[in-house]
Amino acid sequence: MDPFLLEAIVNGILLGGVFALPVLGLNLVFGVVDVVWLCYAELVMVGMYCVWFLYTQAGFPLALAFLVCLPVVGLLGLLLHQVVVRPLLNSPPITQVLATGGVIFVLQGSAMLAFGTDFRSLGVEMPPIEVEDIFISGTKLVAFVAALLGAGALWTFLKFTYVGTAIRAIARDREVMPLMGVDPKRIYMVASAIGGGLAGLAACLLVVQLDVHPYIGLSFGPITFMICVMGGLGNMLGGFLAAFLMGVIVSTGGFWWNTEMSYVVAFACFIVVMFARPRGLFAR
Amino acid sequence: MEGAVLRLEGIRAGYGDFQALFDVGLTVSPGEAVGVVGPNGAGKTTLLRVISGMLRPKAGMARFGETDIAATPAHVLPAVGIAHVPENRRLFPHLTVEENLKVGAYIPAARKRFAERCAYVYDMFPRLRERRHQLAGTMSGGEQQMCAIGRALMCSPRILLLDEPSAGLAPLVVAQVFELVQRIRGEGLTVLIVEQNVAQVLRVVDRAYVLDAGHVVAEGSSAALAADPAIRSAFLGGH
Amino acid sequence: MIRVAVVVFAILAVLPLLGLPDYFMHLGIATMLIALSCTGWALMGRFGLVSFGHGAFIGIAAYTMALLWNDVGLSPWIGLPAGVSLAVAAAALLAYPCFRLRVVGHYFALVTLAAGEIVRILIVALRDYTGGSLGMTPRLAPDHAVAAMQFGKQGFWWIALIAWGIGIFAWWRIDRSMSARALSAIGEDEDAAAAIGIRVTREKMAITLLSAGLAALGGALGAQYRLYLNPETLAGIGVSLQIVFGALAGGMYSMLGPTVGAAFTTALEEVLRVAFGTAFIGAAPLIYGILLVLFIQFLPRGIVGWFDRRR
Repeated sequence: MDPFLLEAIVNGILLGGVFALPVLGLNLVFGVVDVVWLCYAELVMVGMYCVWFLYTQAGFPLALAFLVCLPVVGLLGLLLHQVVVRPLLNSPPITQVLATGGVIFVLQGSAMLAFGTDFRSLGVEMPPIEVEDIFISGTKLVAFVAALLGAGALWTFLKFTYVGTAIRAIARDREVMPLMGVDPKRIYMVASAIGGGLAGLAACLLVVQLDVHPYIGLSFGPITFMICVMGGLGNMLGGFLAAFLMGVIVSTGGFWWNTEMSYVVAFACFIVVMFARPRGLFAR
Repeated sequence: MEGAVLRLEGIRAGYGDFQALFDVGLTVSPGEAVGVVGPNGAGKTTLLRVISGMLRPKAGMARFGETDIAATPAHVLPAVGIAHVPENRRLFPHLTVEENLKVGAYIPAARKRFAERCAYVYDMFPRLRERRHQLAGTMSGGEQQMCAIGRALMCSPRILLLDEPSAGLAPLVVAQVFELVQRIRGEGLTVLIVEQNVAQVLRVVDRAYVLDAGHVVAEGSSAALAADPAIRSAFLGGH
Repeated sequence: MIRVAVVVFAILAVLPLLGLPDYFMHLGIATMLIALSCTGWALMGRFGLVSFGHGAFIGIAAYTMALLWNDVGLSPWIGLPAGVSLAVAAAALLAYPCFRLRVVGHYFALVTLAAGEIVRILIVALRDYTGGSLGMTPRLAPDHAVAAMQFGKQGFWWIALIAWGIGIFAWWRIDRSMSARALSAIGEDEDAAAAIGIRVTREKMAITLLSAGLAALGGALGAQYRLYLNPETLAGIGVSLQIVFGALAGGMYSMLGPTVGAAFTTALEEVLRVAFGTAFIGAAPLIYGILLVLFIQFLPRGIVGWFDRRR
């Protein structure tokens, strides 16, 4: 195979790992609370600024900046739920989605006020790794591994803890949960905080690869929604797999055309998939 | 009745403008098995929903031991000792049997005793032990009913509320389910069971209430009710 | 409500004759055109067909019109209907499979969102023709202003007014037709609607195409008025959300609701722009966003809906 194509595929898989985290976060929140956080990418943006600020301005070690970023964005997710979504829980779904859409402007505006519109770079670069004929970016590889670890941690939590099991249960039947002593409001809060935390983790992995600016959410937000829908809203495994599929589509599309066209192709694929499998690729 | 563990007086409840229960009173003593029977739409399920806190009564008193049910959030009641097996079982079909039990053991007190309670449930329903790693949704109706009861038993309840445990099951399985109910009784648990299947339920309970259009129209020991000509003609087809 | 609309139309028609300041005229034109897009969106939005992709239709219409003028020399008088037709065709291409395959609710919203993004990125990617994210300007033709649809504020005021009037008229006609009842029934329960003989897909298609066409008309006229096209302001999530918010803020269940909402959001943006200027970049979107969230939480039926309820 053409080494450049191979490289594109490998990069696509690495990219999919980074897409996977926001997709898991969105699916978690959607599955539990039944709301699509339209501002999810902006939560990631705030996390990126958080790491950038702590590392380059406050002089924190990078690892510590990462460690702080997770709970900060997790808290932001919780705040988003409590302040914006919770008062609207009994409203039509569209108003909930739109309210989180309004938060896009709030977060973009806040970021601009705090840090201006300049592109901010972390200035961290790892040497590329050469395997056979292809070069793999060290940062991307580390990000990929970290994303898989994050996804694994989430899976472990959902599979083996009481709260995690309750989260998987509530996605199917929220009315019956109080009979088991589960307070749905608490579960909503936990899911929102974890959803935010995943955005924080995604932020850590993205900020080493991309410059951060207030509108960066727009560059990967839409595709994360597409991936979620492709995998089936609320379907964690489906979303996880679709993330890699989309990553490869984008990456190989970039190999044949250019980056923008690759996104056009990816979105077009998405629409076609929706027509073929309206409930997602992996709907049962 | 003195020493009643569950006591309802003058309960009025409903959904929106629709009133389903009118001044319903009911008592259950510890260790007793009590049935609530009546035709479809009589308000039986509504009554159980009031007891498990899923529905706030509009008026009346509902106490479980020292707990004022009407003033307690539904999710607190399992810790007080009320377990409700809802209509249609409402299992989590995409979770395994054991995961369903795990959700049933969500409250802190139950988590500590998870292994012990699990063994208890599996001993009571060996079939569940065989199928512990199977998805609940793939089991037969009778097995699902076992799982639903097992899930409710995980929190070591003092009273078990059963809503139409025989609904949608084949006659042979219905007999098995009532056998289960008797076994649970044998464990010394207090049971309140709502059923349309009057003949069967009167065989397993000590006393029963007859509910019709939201009113208690008759109550008494199961033997007395089974002998009552009005009840016989209304529910038992005269035999 | 139609009487109010006719009175508003009449007042707006004579306003330019009073020699109002340019700034006011500018805001008026911008508001009417956004109001048209919002009205178009609400036409389907009020029946539960929530699209996050109306930016796609605007972008297609505006860029088709401008490219036909710049590259082919075709007058916007032809380019505009051509662009709107293309936008309607795109809407049909997107909506038909959606409705046939029952892509509804969140899924429909996100599919339309993807469509908006496709158009935005396409415009950026085709930068050799469209100027990409730097935007493009229609070629000026001072000698053939009428043919080029390049009027002053006064002339464009009337064009915008007529366009807005078409939108309101469409709303009024639909409200008086069987379609409105059919669509309400569909919005309540598709299966039940189909069971009583309503042709679900057909009704949904009709309202969607009309909605896309009106939104596209408003957006393309706005581009022609400003003589500037930019993918960020004509396609993609930003515009789509702006339209939805306008409709929602004013009240999407009322004929004049989206218009009131468009006036409100335009005024709000303007006030924030003037208040902060370049001093606190970011304060404007921040306050805008906060107000939107508060609106959704406390006035879910919008300004007009709130007034209706109080009466």
